[in-house]
Amino acid sequence: MSEAVVSGVPQGMPLPQADSPLAPLVGHADDNLVLAHRVGEWISKAPELELDIALGNIGLDHLGVARALYQHLGKAEGKTEDQYAMGRTDREFRNLLLVEQPNGDFAHTIVRQFFFDCYQLQLWPDLARSDDEIVAGIAAKALKEAEYHHRFSHGWMLRMAGGTDESRQRVRDAIDGLWRFTGEIFEGNAAIYRDGWDGLVGDMLGETGLSVPDDPYQKTGGRVGYHTEHLGYLLTEMQWMQRTYPGLEW
Amino acid sequence: MVDTLTHAREVVARVVDPEIPVLTIEDLGVLRDVEQDGERVVVTITPTYSGCPAMGQIEDDIKRALNRAGFADVGIKVVYQPAWTTEWMSKEARRKLEDFGIAPPTAPADVRCPKCRRGDSRLIAQFGSTACKALMVCSACGDPFDYFKEH
Repeated sequence: MSEAVVSGVPQGMPLPQADSPLAPLVGHADDNLVLAHRVGEWISKAPELELDIALGNIGLDHLGVARALYQHLGKAEGKTEDQYAMGRTDREFRNLLLVEQPNGDFAHTIVRQFFFDCYQLQLWPDLARSDDEIVAGIAAKALKEAEYHHRFSHGWMLRMAGGTDESRQRVRDAIDGLWRFTGEIFEGNAAIYRDGWDGLVGDMLGETGLSVPDDPYQKTGGRVGYHTEHLGYLLTEMQWMQRTYPGLEW
Repeated sequence: MVDTLTHAREVVARVVDPEIPVLTIEDLGVLRDVEQDGERVVVTITPTYSGCPAMGQIEDDIKRALNRAGFADVGIKVVYQPAWTTEWMSKEARRKLEDFGIAPPTAPADVRCPKCRRGDSRLIAQFGSTACKALMVCSACGDPFDYFKEH
């Protein structure tokens, strides 16, 4: 970790040890925080008012899950939720590369959401059986919400794939563009979620006649802090207030 | 003379939801417990949705209500387990909700218009004005209305 000290700027903070049971929670919290920010970027400019509201609500759910996890981590480590969200640099974030990818067009946003929802539908039932009661509670709640998000992203996948030539082409482009970030989801212990995810995504492809790229190239690194350049810009915007006025409270 | 814990419970149970002011947090099932620990009153609540923006407001309202009633030391505990469900909403709460113009939680096929009270409505948008609601339209009177989602 960098030793550099810049006056007034929150410094990086130590994360749980890699072998701690808390370590994966940082990744889950970061996934939800970063995606919350991304879908929130649609507010005021989604294709329809109803979609504006939908994406805003989905973002709120993700933000709520992230906050609950940061609070839980913070209790164990003597930190506040803001220190996790606002006090870390991009190299200290552990989110998947998928969730930090720019919104692109509406098809990109929906394909990203669909891939992520299919993953969350595997993750939360597993964590709902956690020995850690707090984590189990957060997961049980998050699962109900993920099911609702999935209904939304799944519905839009079908509608766009079966819509016009233009909408179908856009979904294709989005799948082609985002596919390379899906392999990372199943790294390490998360390999157990692969079959369930493949099933959900495979059903969608079967139903719509869409396909995934032949190119096996997969990009990874998010879970150890090596991100695409997009995360830096996202954090700059998200953390601006806390970095300008450290410790500011509403 | 009611004991202090009973009094604290009554005060907390009267706190209303900031977005649906006809319902108290007790009606909604958000209020889970009120305990006393010496001078301190500890209120346990559970969020309807993880990101419900009303939760912060509800916490502040509980504190304010208790402070005003003479309880200076108030703690709020947020629990996630068991996860909140609309099944905890009382019959009375459902009636109040419908009178207020929001269709109470029920299976989507059984939703009836809170204005003309007829069935046969359809979903316009899966996400409504708050996280807990969806937007529907009545096929009989043509009015759109909020539907409190079954969750």
